[in-house]
Amino acid sequence: MQTLSVVMVHVLGSLINLDHPGHYINWGFIQISVANLVVICLMVVVFVLAILIPFHRPGGDR
Amino acid sequence: MTIDAETPVNASADLPEDAHQLTAKLRHAAVEALPPQKLMPDRQPAYVASWIYVFGILTVSALAVVILTGVVLAIFGPNWWHVSTVGLFVNSLHLWSTELFFFFMVVHLWGKFFMAAWRGRRRATWISGVLAFVISVAAAFTGYLSQQNYDSQWISTQAKDGINSTGAGAIMNVTNFGQMLMWHIVLLPLVVGILVGGHILLVRLRGVVPPFAPPDQLAIEVKQGVPADTAVSEVQS
Repeated sequence: MQTLSVVMVHVLGSLINLDHPGHYINWGFIQISVANLVVICLMVVVFVLAILIPFHRPGGDR
Repeated sequence: MTIDAETPVNASADLPEDAHQLTAKLRHAAVEALPPQKLMPDRQPAYVASWIYVFGILTVSALAVVILTGVVLAIFGPNWWHVSTVGLFVNSLHLWSTELFFFFMVVHLWGKFFMAAWRGRRRATWISGVLAFVISVAAAFTGYLSQQNYDSQWISTQAKDGINSTGAGAIMNVTNFGQMLMWHIVLLPLVVGILVGGHILLVRLRGVVPPFAPPDQLAIEVKQGVPADTAVSEVQS
Protein backbone atom coordinates (compact mmCIF):
# COMPACT_ATOMS: atom_id res chain seq x y z
CA MET A 1 0.00 0.00 0.00
CA GLN A 2 2.80 2.37 0.96
CA THR A 3 4.76 1.43 -2.18
CA LEU A 4 1.69 2.16 -4.28
CA SER A 5 1.22 5.57 -2.67
CA VAL A 6 4.90 6.42 -3.22
CA VAL A 7 4.58 5.41 -6.89
CA MET A 8 1.40 7.46 -7.28
CA VAL A 9 3.05 10.51 -5.69
CA HIS A 10 5.95 10.27 -8.15
CA VAL A 11 3.70 9.67 -11.16
CA LEU A 12 1.39 12.58 -10.34
CA GLY A 13 4.28 14.73 -9.15
CA SER A 14 5.99 14.29 -12.49
CA LEU A 15 2.87 15.54 -14.26
CA ILE A 16 2.17 18.58 -12.10
CA ASN A 17 4.77 19.87 -9.67
CA LEU A 18 2.89 21.52 -6.80
CA ASP A 19 5.93 21.92 -4.56
CA HIS A 20 6.25 25.65 -5.03
CA PRO A 21 4.31 28.84 -4.20
CA GLY A 22 1.24 29.41 -6.35
CA HIS A 23 1.49 31.18 -9.70
CA TYR A 24 -0.55 34.36 -10.08
CA ILE A 25 -1.66 36.40 -13.05
CA ASN A 26 -1.86 40.16 -12.61
CA TRP A 27 -3.92 42.35 -14.94
CA GLY A 28 -4.35 45.86 -13.59
CA PHE A 29 -6.09 45.59 -10.26
CA ILE A 30 -7.17 42.03 -11.06
CA GLN A 31 -5.11 39.24 -9.52
CA ILE A 32 -6.01 35.59 -9.91
CA SER A 33 -4.16 32.37 -9.27
CA VAL A 34 -3.49 30.15 -12.25
CA ALA A 35 -5.27 27.29 -10.44
CA ASN A 36 -8.47 29.32 -10.09
CA LEU A 37 -8.24 30.52 -13.68
CA VAL A 38 -7.91 26.92 -14.89
CA VAL A 39 -11.04 25.95 -12.92
CA ILE A 40 -13.01 28.90 -14.36
CA CYS A 41 -11.90 27.99 -17.90
CA LEU A 42 -12.92 24.37 -17.28
CA MET A 43 -16.37 25.54 -16.11
CA VAL A 44 -16.80 27.59 -19.29
CA VAL A 45 -15.74 24.61 -21.44
CA VAL A 46 -18.14 22.27 -19.62
CA PHE A 47 -20.95 24.85 -19.91
CA VAL A 48 -20.46 25.17 -23.68
CA LEU A 49 -20.20 21.40 -24.15
CA ALA A 50 -23.37 20.87 -22.07
CA ILE A 51 -25.25 23.09 -24.52
CA LEU A 52 -23.70 21.70 -27.71
CA ILE A 53 -23.52 17.96 -27.08
CA PRO A 54 -26.81 16.21 -27.95
CA PHE A 55 -28.57 14.41 -25.12
CA HIS A 56 -29.61 10.95 -26.28
CA ARG A 57 -32.22 9.03 -24.34
CA PRO A 58 -33.11 5.39 -24.77
CA GLY A 59 -36.55 5.19 -26.36
CA GLY A 60 -36.26 8.58 -28.03
CA ASP A 61 -38.26 11.71 -27.17
CA ARG A 62 -41.26 11.38 -24.96
CA MET B 1 -59.94 12.64 18.24
CA THR B 2 -58.86 9.39 19.81
CA ILE B 3 -59.20 5.97 18.22
CA ASP B 4 -59.58 2.69 20.06
CA ALA B 5 -57.14 -0.16 19.72
CA GLU B 6 -59.51 -2.10 17.47
CA THR B 7 -59.64 0.63 14.82
CA PRO B 8 -57.17 0.14 11.97
CA VAL B 9 -54.60 2.92 11.89
CA ASN B 10 -55.47 4.03 8.36
CA ALA B 11 -59.09 4.44 9.40
CA SER B 12 -58.05 7.63 11.17
CA ALA B 13 -57.22 9.31 7.85
CA ASP B 14 -59.62 11.75 6.23
CA LEU B 15 -62.55 11.36 8.60
CA PRO B 16 -64.96 14.26 8.04
CA GLU B 17 -65.04 15.11 11.74
CA ASP B 18 -61.25 15.57 11.71
CA ALA B 19 -61.18 17.99 8.78
CA HIS B 20 -60.75 21.00 11.08
CA GLN B 21 -57.59 19.60 12.67
CA LEU B 22 -54.21 21.16 11.93
CA THR B 23 -52.67 17.85 10.83
CA ALA B 24 -55.51 17.21 8.37
CA LYS B 25 -55.29 20.74 6.97
CA LEU B 26 -51.50 20.53 6.60
CA ARG B 27 -51.71 17.10 4.96
CA HIS B 28 -54.33 18.22 2.50
CA ALA B 29 -52.42 21.40 1.65
CA ALA B 30 -49.18 19.46 1.13
CA VAL B 31 -50.75 16.74 -1.02
CA GLU B 32 -52.70 19.30 -3.04
CA ALA B 33 -49.57 21.38 -3.74
CA LEU B 34 -47.26 18.44 -4.34
CA PRO B 35 -49.06 15.18 -5.10
CA PRO B 36 -46.67 12.18 -5.13
CA GLN B 37 -46.65 12.03 -8.94
CA LYS B 38 -45.51 15.66 -9.05
CA LEU B 39 -43.04 15.25 -6.19
CA MET B 40 -41.28 12.31 -7.85
CA PRO B 41 -42.29 12.37 -11.53
CA ASP B 42 -41.40 9.54 -13.90
CA ARG B 43 -41.22 11.82 -16.92
CA GLN B 44 -39.99 15.32 -17.70
CA PRO B 45 -40.92 17.75 -20.49
CA ALA B 46 -39.14 17.15 -23.81
CA TYR B 47 -37.04 20.32 -23.44
CA VAL B 48 -35.31 18.85 -20.37
CA ALA B 49 -33.44 16.48 -22.73
CA SER B 50 -30.24 18.55 -22.64
CA TRP B 51 -27.03 18.15 -20.66
CA ILE B 52 -27.44 21.64 -19.22
CA TYR B 53 -30.41 20.37 -17.18
CA VAL B 54 -28.22 17.72 -15.53
CA PHE B 55 -26.15 20.10 -13.41
CA GLY B 56 -28.79 20.69 -10.74
CA ILE B 57 -28.91 17.04 -9.73
CA LEU B 58 -25.12 16.77 -10.11
CA THR B 59 -24.86 19.57 -7.55
CA VAL B 60 -27.21 17.76 -5.17
CA SER B 61 -25.24 14.52 -5.66
CA ALA B 62 -21.96 16.25 -4.84
CA LEU B 63 -23.61 17.79 -1.76
CA ALA B 64 -24.66 14.31 -0.62
CA VAL B 65 -21.03 13.15 -0.82
CA VAL B 66 -19.91 16.30 1.03
CA ILE B 67 -22.36 15.57 3.86
CA LEU B 68 -21.57 11.84 4.06
CA THR B 69 -17.79 12.37 4.15
CA GLY B 70 -18.29 15.23 6.62
CA VAL B 71 -20.19 12.90 8.94
CA VAL B 72 -17.33 10.38 8.78
CA LEU B 73 -14.76 13.13 9.51
CA ALA B 74 -16.86 14.31 12.47
CA ILE B 75 -16.96 10.79 13.91
CA PHE B 76 -13.20 10.19 13.86
CA GLY B 77 -11.76 13.69 14.30
CA PRO B 78 -8.65 15.59 13.18
CA ASN B 79 -6.07 13.15 14.54
CA TRP B 80 -7.58 10.59 12.19
CA TRP B 81 -8.06 12.73 9.09
CA HIS B 82 -4.54 14.21 9.29
CA VAL B 83 -2.61 11.05 10.08
CA SER B 84 -4.21 7.80 8.93
CA THR B 85 -4.25 6.80 5.26
CA VAL B 86 -8.01 6.24 5.23
CA GLY B 87 -8.53 9.51 7.09
CA LEU B 88 -6.50 11.41 4.52
CA PHE B 89 -8.50 9.73 1.77
CA VAL B 90 -11.88 10.69 3.33
CA ASN B 91 -10.53 14.19 3.96
CA SER B 92 -9.63 14.43 0.27
CA LEU B 93 -13.06 13.11 -0.72
CA HIS B 94 -14.61 15.86 1.41
CA LEU B 95 -12.47 18.51 -0.30
CA TRP B 96 -12.94 17.29 -3.88
CA SER B 97 -16.68 16.71 -3.51
CA THR B 98 -16.87 20.32 -2.30
CA GLU B 99 -14.90 21.44 -5.35
CA LEU B 100 -17.26 19.50 -7.61
CA PHE B 101 -20.29 20.86 -5.69
CA PHE B 102 -19.25 24.42 -6.53
CA PHE B 103 -18.19 23.52 -10.07
CA PHE B 104 -21.58 21.97 -10.86
CA MET B 105 -23.47 24.71 -9.00
CA VAL B 106 -21.77 27.47 -11.01
CA VAL B 107 -22.52 25.74 -14.34
CA HIS B 108 -26.12 25.22 -13.11
CA LEU B 109 -26.26 28.92 -12.17
CA TRP B 110 -24.99 30.04 -15.61
CA GLY B 111 -27.50 27.77 -17.35
CA LYS B 112 -30.42 29.07 -15.31
CA PHE B 113 -29.28 32.68 -15.68
CA PHE B 114 -29.28 32.51 -19.47
CA MET B 115 -32.65 30.70 -19.40
CA ALA B 116 -34.00 33.52 -17.18
CA ALA B 117 -35.20 30.71 -14.94
CA TRP B 118 -37.13 33.11 -12.70
CA ARG B 119 -39.86 33.35 -15.36
CA GLY B 120 -43.33 31.94 -14.75
CA ARG B 121 -43.67 32.49 -10.98
CA ARG B 122 -40.27 30.94 -10.33
CA ARG B 123 -38.75 33.90 -8.47
CA ALA B 124 -38.67 32.04 -5.16
CA THR B 125 -36.85 29.14 -6.85
CA TRP B 126 -34.21 31.53 -8.19
CA ILE B 127 -33.81 33.37 -4.88
CA SER B 128 -33.52 30.16 -2.85
CA GLY B 129 -30.79 29.02 -5.26
CA VAL B 130 -28.91 32.30 -4.90
CA LEU B 131 -29.12 32.12 -1.10
CA ALA B 132 -27.98 28.47 -1.14
CA PHE B 133 -24.97 29.51 -3.22
CA VAL B 134 -24.00 32.38 -0.91
CA ILE B 135 -24.42 30.36 2.29
CA SER B 136 -22.48 27.49 0.70
CA VAL B 137 -19.54 29.85 0.16
CA ALA B 138 -19.62 30.67 3.88
CA ALA B 139 -19.90 26.96 4.72
CA ALA B 140 -16.88 26.14 2.56
CA PHE B 141 -14.90 29.03 4.05
CA THR B 142 -15.54 27.83 7.61
CA GLY B 143 -14.45 24.39 6.40
CA TYR B 144 -11.04 25.77 5.43
CA LEU B 145 -10.89 27.33 8.92
CA SER B 146 -11.76 23.99 10.54
CA GLN B 147 -8.94 21.89 9.11
CA GLN B 148 -7.06 22.06 12.44
CA ASN B 149 -3.65 22.70 10.88
CA TYR B 150 -1.31 25.59 10.00
CA ASP B 151 -3.22 26.17 6.77
CA SER B 152 -6.43 26.96 8.66
CA GLN B 153 -4.51 29.26 11.03
CA TRP B 154 -2.94 31.07 8.08
CA ILE B 155 -6.30 31.47 6.31
CA SER B 156 -7.98 32.78 9.47
CA THR B 157 -5.34 35.44 10.10
CA GLN B 158 -5.40 36.48 6.44
CA ALA B 159 -9.21 36.67 6.43
CA LYS B 160 -9.92 38.38 9.74
CA ASP B 161 -9.40 41.96 8.56
CA GLY B 162 -11.50 41.46 5.45
CA ILE B 163 -14.33 39.84 7.43
CA ASN B 164 -14.15 42.53 10.11
CA SER B 165 -14.33 45.28 7.47
CA THR B 166 -17.73 43.93 6.38
CA GLY B 167 -19.06 44.17 9.93
CA ALA B 168 -19.60 40.40 10.10
CA GLY B 169 -16.74 40.25 12.62
CA ALA B 170 -19.20 41.43 15.26
CA ILE B 171 -20.57 37.88 15.46
CA MET B 172 -18.14 35.87 13.33
CA ASN B 173 -14.64 35.61 14.76
CA VAL B 174 -12.64 33.70 12.15
CA THR B 175 -9.76 33.15 14.59
CA ASN B 176 -12.12 31.36 17.00
CA PHE B 177 -11.73 27.81 15.71
CA GLY B 178 -14.34 26.41 18.06
CA GLN B 179 -16.96 28.83 16.76
CA MET B 180 -15.96 28.23 13.13
CA LEU B 181 -16.12 24.46 13.60
CA MET B 182 -19.64 24.75 15.05
CA TRP B 183 -20.71 26.98 12.18
CA HIS B 184 -19.19 24.52 9.71
CA ILE B 185 -20.67 21.29 11.02
CA VAL B 186 -23.99 22.49 12.52
CA LEU B 187 -25.26 25.95 11.66
CA LEU B 188 -24.34 26.46 8.00
CA PRO B 189 -25.01 22.87 6.81
CA LEU B 190 -28.45 23.17 8.43
CA VAL B 191 -29.18 26.40 6.53
CA VAL B 192 -27.79 25.01 3.26
CA GLY B 193 -29.81 21.82 3.73
CA ILE B 194 -33.04 23.75 4.32
CA LEU B 195 -32.40 26.04 1.34
CA VAL B 196 -31.49 23.20 -1.03
CA GLY B 197 -34.47 21.14 0.15
CA GLY B 198 -36.79 24.12 -0.34
CA HIS B 199 -35.20 24.83 -3.73
CA ILE B 200 -35.87 21.27 -4.92
CA LEU B 201 -39.47 21.38 -3.64
CA LEU B 202 -40.00 24.68 -5.49
CA VAL B 203 -38.61 23.14 -8.69
CA ARG B 204 -41.09 20.30 -8.31
CA LEU B 205 -43.89 22.74 -7.48
CA ARG B 206 -43.35 25.15 -10.38
CA GLY B 207 -41.73 22.72 -12.79
CA VAL B 208 -38.53 23.15 -14.80
CA VAL B 209 -38.46 26.46 -16.65
CA PRO B 210 -39.27 26.05 -20.37
CA PRO B 211 -36.96 27.49 -23.02
CA PHE B 212 -37.62 30.86 -24.64
CA ALA B 213 -40.04 30.84 -27.53
CA PRO B 214 -38.66 31.47 -31.02
CA PRO B 215 -38.65 35.25 -31.76
CA ASP B 216 -41.69 35.12 -34.12
CA GLN B 217 -43.76 33.15 -31.59
CA LEU B 218 -42.65 35.48 -28.79
CA ALA B 219 -43.80 38.52 -30.80
CA ILE B 220 -47.23 36.93 -31.30
CA GLU B 221 -47.60 36.14 -27.60
CA VAL B 222 -46.55 39.62 -26.50
CA LYS B 223 -49.02 41.11 -29.02
CA GLN B 224 -51.72 38.89 -27.52
CA GLY B 225 -51.06 40.41 -24.11
CA VAL B 226 -49.14 37.57 -22.52
CA PRO B 227 -46.88 39.06 -19.80
CA ALA B 228 -43.32 39.32 -21.07
CA ASP B 229 -41.87 37.15 -18.32
CA THR B 230 -44.25 34.30 -19.12
CA ALA B 231 -44.36 34.74 -22.88
CA VAL B 232 -42.89 31.39 -23.71
CA SER B 233 -44.17 28.53 -25.72
CA GLU B 234 -44.23 25.46 -23.55
CA VAL B 235 -42.67 22.57 -25.40
CA GLN B 236 -45.07 19.69 -25.22
CA SER B 237 -44.03 16.90 -22.93
